[in-house]
Amino acid sequence: MAQHRVIVVGGGLAGLAASARIAEAGLAVDLFSVVPVKRSHSVCAQGGINACNEVARQQGYSEYEHFDETIYGGDFLADQHPVLEMANWAPRIIDLLDRMGVPFNRTSEGYRDLRLFGGSLFKRTHFSGATTGQQLIYALDEQVRRYESEGQVTKYEFWEFLWPVIEDTAQGQRCVGIVAQDMRTMQIRAFRADAVVMATGGCGLVFGKSTNSIICTGAAAARCFRAGVWYGNPEMIQVHPTAIPGADKLRLMSESARGEGGRVWVPRKKGDSRPPRDIPEADRYYFLEERYPAYGNIVPRDIATREIFSICVNDGLGVAGENQVYLDLTHKDPEYLTRKLGGILEIYEKFVGVDPRHEPMKIFPAVHYSMGGLWTSFTKGSYNPDAARAKHKSGTRPPILAEVGQGMQLGALNNAQTNITGLYAFGEVNFAYHGANRLGANALLSCIFDGLFCGVSVANYVRDGAPAKTPAGDLSSAGYDRVVAQEQQKVKRWVDSASAGAAEPRTNPYIIGKELGDEMTAACTVVRHQTRLTQCAGKLAELRERQDAATLADGASWSNQALGYARALSDMLVLAEAIARGATERKESRGAHYRTDFPDRDDANFMKTTLAKHQGGTTSLEFVPIDASLILPTARTYGKKDDKPAAKPAMAASAS
Amino acid sequence: MSATASHTTHARPQAKPGRTVRFRIKRCDGPGKPVRWETFAVKPEAGANIISCLQQIAASPVTVDGQKTTPVAWDSGCLEEVCGACTMVINGKVRQSCSCLIDEYAPNEGDEITLEPMSKFPVVRDLWVDRARLFDALKRVKAWVPIDGTYSLGAGPRESAEQSESRYVMSTCMSCGCCLEACPQYQVEESPEKWPTSFIGAHAMNQARLFNEHATGAVLKGARLDTLMGEGGVNDCGNAQNCVQVCPKHIPLTESIATIGRSVTIHAIAKWFRG
Ligand SMILES: Cc1cc2nc3c(=O)[nH]c(=O)nc-3n(C[C@H](O)[C@H](O)[C@H](O)COP(=O)(O)OP(=O)(O)OC[C@H]3O[C@@H](n4cnc5c(N)ncnc54)[C@H](O)[C@@H]3O)c2cc1C
Ligand code: SF4
Ligand code: SF4
Ligand code: FES
Repeated sequence: MAQHRVIVVGGGLAGLAASARIAEAGLAVDLFSVVPVKRSHSVCAQGGINACNEVARQQGYSEYEHFDETIYGGDFLADQHPVLEMANWAPRIIDLLDRMGVPFNRTSEGYRDLRLFGGSLFKRTHFSGATTGQQLIYALDEQVRRYESEGQVTKYEFWEFLWPVIEDTAQGQRCVGIVAQDMRTMQIRAFRADAVVMATGGCGLVFGKSTNSIICTGAAAARCFRAGVWYGNPEMIQVHPTAIPGADKLRLMSESARGEGGRVWVPRKKGDSRPPRDIPEADRYYFLEERYPAYGNIVPRDIATREIFSICVNDGLGVAGENQVYLDLTHKDPEYLTRKLGGILEIYEKFVGVDPRHEPMKIFPAVHYSMGGLWTSFTKGSYNPDAARAKHKSGTRPPILAEVGQGMQLGALNNAQTNITGLYAFGEVNFAYHGANRLGANALLSCIFDGLFCGVSVANYVRDGAPAKTPAGDLSSAGYDRVVAQEQQKVKRWVDSASAGAAEPRTNPYIIGKELGDEMTAACTVVRHQTRLTQCAGKLAELRERQDAATLADGASWSNQALGYARALSDMLVLAEAIARGATERKESRGAHYRTDFPDRDDANFMKTTLAKHQGGTTSLEFVPIDASLILPTARTYGKKDDKPAAKPAMAASAS
Repeated sequence: MSATASHTTHARPQAKPGRTVRFRIKRCDGPGKPVRWETFAVKPEAGANIISCLQQIAASPVTVDGQKTTPVAWDSGCLEEVCGACTMVINGKVRQSCSCLIDEYAPNEGDEITLEPMSKFPVVRDLWVDRARLFDALKRVKAWVPIDGTYSLGAGPRESAEQSESRYVMSTCMSCGCCLEACPQYQVEESPEKWPTSFIGAHAMNQARLFNEHATGAVLKGARLDTLMGEGGVNDCGNAQNCVQVCPKHIPLTESIATIGRSVTIHAIAKWFRG
């Protein structure tokens, strides 16, 4: 019998944590990534990672409150049990990373330092300089390199996942491997596996410019979707309130800038052209502080985003009449800022040429994170109260003390498994934890949690599930050959197009991609509206048609990046449609999804997961009830003064 | 000068809006294929960098002579100088291309920027090189903390803020390869069999120091020093100090090399006494 193998697609935090855990369980891992794993998008994370900790605990914080914040922050869209388990594990995950040597910032006594982050009144965010994601991914990369040197992990870097291999069995559909392509030699081949973990991250590139790395196309998730994997809450796209506008990318200004005391303001007077430091306090409008006295500048992202958007677009108060507001740190000691925020301030300095220690930064919202992703299931854990409880009162005694297995059953075969047996989704590509809005510094946590906790499920499935009887290594090659042929056909279509002559803008994939980004940003980000969404559907149809006729300027059979981009774009267009459809059919406002024509949350009809399915080339949507058995939904106001849920901008975003 | 302007850290030259910049790019279709130079004209957008200009070229790859050509291949990821992917030789100097601003490099009409792939790694295509050897070096020095496993065993060793800050700086190495490109002792080596005895490079010696200075990581200190004592180790370093000057993360590489050098000496003597 062939040796059991597991494929992990993606070597960001989620994929690396999964690889380490599965290798540790004694299974051979094949790890695929379009870049050397150390260069994955996770390196971009700046701010930190959340976990209950001893100091906060003694002030009244708890894992349960972290759970409660995440549910409330996500505006009651996430299934609740998985979130509870994640919050419970957070302190253990920090300890583990600490053991791996992550240079967390330390207090003078040598304990791990903490900072305040959006959506919490307690300091519960651990950080490592201003490049926490980089430090965490390096620690995991090092552990995986250790397994690699022992022969337990085999890396396939610069290999692109093209399609899952799915078999129809009497027990339903089962994933038995993937087809991938070497981006250098362009060789396409099938890889057998007893289980496949997708850990391919987000889809920022669907929106053109975003805070994401340029490799975050979402194509891998879209390919799974096209192959029959369900997609959850596609419309839930987080727009980060504070990014630096740029030509190729909207670089993030981390929320930690606000956590460390950064104040957001605009001149009270429209068209006030004085330099910021000449504007006296009385003439500055600190609109977040005035409108949300309890949370002030650290209101959650969706609220901050809409307020900033509204101040600029509706009130016309943007700095210099443009879409930008000040994010001001100049009242803080420059040395303190360098120590706490050095890395992110350097980014601003490097790309704008101005020192934010002495001059307020200019920022505007940008697409940042996808709460939506491949739909996954779970087995509920041991905590099942008779009735859902009211929202937890911050700082009070939690109803339960954290224990393993309260939220999800450890090792249950279906944890983080998609609707296809043997196909799992971890990290940002898993829709599970963040509902309609992700709290800052919860993503890194969910990535590592998936890898460590749900990695056990993968190992158990391989040992006790279908592969125990029929390992992928024993299957006939027909199923694999079919997918290889399908992918070779696609490559041929693109290579052949290169001889068709010059690409005009209409059929130039780069132009189509740019138009896709502009359209999605205009119609499907900060504010959404039926009229604009209808228009968007038309535009997407046009782009799909043009993409079908698109041609390449390069027919090379070696390291052809143009081909890779064009192929990904076809998949991104399918994902874009699902996002726009979700935005259209969710006729309410919740978290990051804000509809001017349906400004209120509608729990009766929409406290439900948007489940997108793709079959025979068409996407269908349904809304399925969530697990809300632990916390009762309440209005999400973050103590706003006038107690309206949030800003209500009147019009849809124009381009950019 | 206004108060605001005086606080601007480095005054940027005033770039001419609407200008045309020329990119002279060293191209090669693949290993063993001939090298050729092509020049492209680009109108950079405000705030443009090398990557955004390469994107423009990719969208319509036509040279200044009106010749249709293929898009230029290059490597990139984060676009904020933290992943290390986009390293190339720009106007003769190695650096990240994503943080290379056109306004600074080519402020005037007709200014030219030269792009070449790094020379110390085999070219995959055009500006894209294969840095597998760089990652292999991390295995040679066992650049990891040998933890017992991923199950819960409490916190790691406590350390002072000073220690953690010093390790943090060393740990920001993004494996970009600048230090290797600039090093006179580091030569291109295509066959992996020769890597174990070829010069390991400044980045790997820094990693060895990083893990030697961690309480648990130090368990492997002996093994790391054995490697660095041997062929291709610290003795191959000619102390030219080019590496430290080009490191974009300002990692004190010469300090790391010196520390490793001292540790190797002590290690060798200790070994000699033990017999
Ligand atoms: C600028 C920025 C700052 C952030 N800061 C924070 C923060 O402070 N705290 C926080 O909690 N979160 C933060 N986030 C969010 C967080 O960084 C991400 O959600 C997280 O890193 C995603 O990790 P991942 O492992 O799921 O995916 P990624 O790190 O994106 O990795 C995806 C992997 O999949 C591979 N891949 C993709 N497609 C394919 C394919 N077709 N074939 C083969 N391989 C493929 C890639 O090569 C890569 O290895 C931030 C995000 C951004 C953009
Ligand atoms: S100091 Fe050593 S490693 Fe650095 S450039 Fe010189 S020879 Fe190379
Ligand atoms: S030490 Fe510096 S120059 Fe060398 S690879 Fe690391 S970051 Fe790059
Ligand atoms: S693209 Fe990551 S360093 Fe330039």
